[in-house]
Amino acid sequence: MSAPTRTPTLVYVYAVGRDVAALDAVARRSGATGHSGAALRVVEAQGLGALVCDVPADRFGEEGLKRRLDDLAALEELARGHHGVVAAAFDAVTVLPMRLACVYADDAGVRGMLALEAGGFSALLDSLEGHREFGVKVYADPRSVGSPPPAPGPPEDAAGEGAGGAGRAGGPGMDYLRRRRAQRDGARRAYAEAETMVQRVVERASAFAAAHTRHRPQQGALASGPGENVANLAFLVPGARQEAFTTAMEALGATRPGVRVEVTGPWAPYSFATVQDGAAHGR
Amino acid sequence: MGGDEQDRASRADRTDFPRPQRTQRPQPQPSATPLPPVPSRGPAYESAYDSAYEPAPVGRQVALIDLLDRLLNGGAVLAGDLVLSIADVDLVHIDLRAVIRSLGPDTPSPWA
Repeated sequence: MSAPTRTPTLVYVYAVGRDVAALDAVARRSGATGHSGAALRVVEAQGLGALVCDVPADRFGEEGLKRRLDDLAALEELARGHHGVVAAAFDAVTVLPMRLACVYADDAGVRGMLALEAGGFSALLDSLEGHREFGVKVYADPRSVGSPPPAPGPPEDAAGEGAGGAGRAGGPGMDYLRRRRAQRDGARRAYAEAETMVQRVVERASAFAAAHTRHRPQQGALASGPGENVANLAFLVPGARQEAFTTAMEALGATRPGVRVEVTGPWAPYSFATVQDGAAHGR
Repeated sequence: MGGDEQDRASRADRTDFPRPQRTQRPQPQPSATPLPPVPSRGPAYESAYDSAYEPAPVGRQVALIDLLDRLLNGGAVLAGDLVLSIADVDLVHIDLRAVIRSLGPDTPSPWA
């Protein structure tokens, strides 16, 4: 199909915006490049501009991408490359960030997409104008509750514990059970506090945010930091309230033992760039 | 949204309490940290380039898991999330649902 001397390329779309001139400026910014160092450029249709770059078909075709998405290091490289360009663009002009790996065969495909989605994109861009996304993660951290000092005597309900073999005066067995119970109670308190904190975060954030949504709580090897993530929230915050929002969220987090609140951002509004989320979670 | 909220916000601003550690600063502003000049294309190029988007101090880098939350579950999804073969049509929206499903609540992440 293409000339044999030329590596076939596809078109990778990072973001879509309405201010084509501003997007052009982003694309032409010195040193700004896309995946594999390809030049950024803008494909225009229907008054919308897509910030794109050409990518090699072998690495960004369906098979190539699937292979790379199966490999965490390659996925990270792809994700950071995507985010770098989106963040640079969003810093300059309101854009709708694409989900990772939106690839088209050619510019005509991109123009077709812009024409097809023009109405939805415009509505989304309207709602995102002047806003940024912040992440607020609430963690239950039982270890930070601190175990209460050893009780001077057996707890009142010790008889109900069935701590049969332990000495009445508090032998090692009883100490162990007390410690275990303190841990368990501490964990229970931490999770209860965290649940309350989630409600408080959502309630408090509603004073600042235009919309909110939830991601799955973070788990696994990539989830860092002490404690367990019980809520992974995203808020769409208008420009004028961003500082106050961040301050309020962080202050909330400092008020409860056993609970940690982590704020991330500002982000380009990835979590609010899907039509469904924008409609369902807008307040 | 009322004045009460604003008041409380400014009170909080005085940082009377120890504030939780922010593990992530606002994302690096690419305009403030211009990328190095683009070297000519070559096999070694890509990794050199990509590292340009990763500021050296660990605290400044966006956490990958926060990024994946957004890039795999957020972002505009085009044309009804079609999964089309490159050979057949113009639109090649790569199927990320396998990855997204693995990020879902029912199954552990592949990297967990």
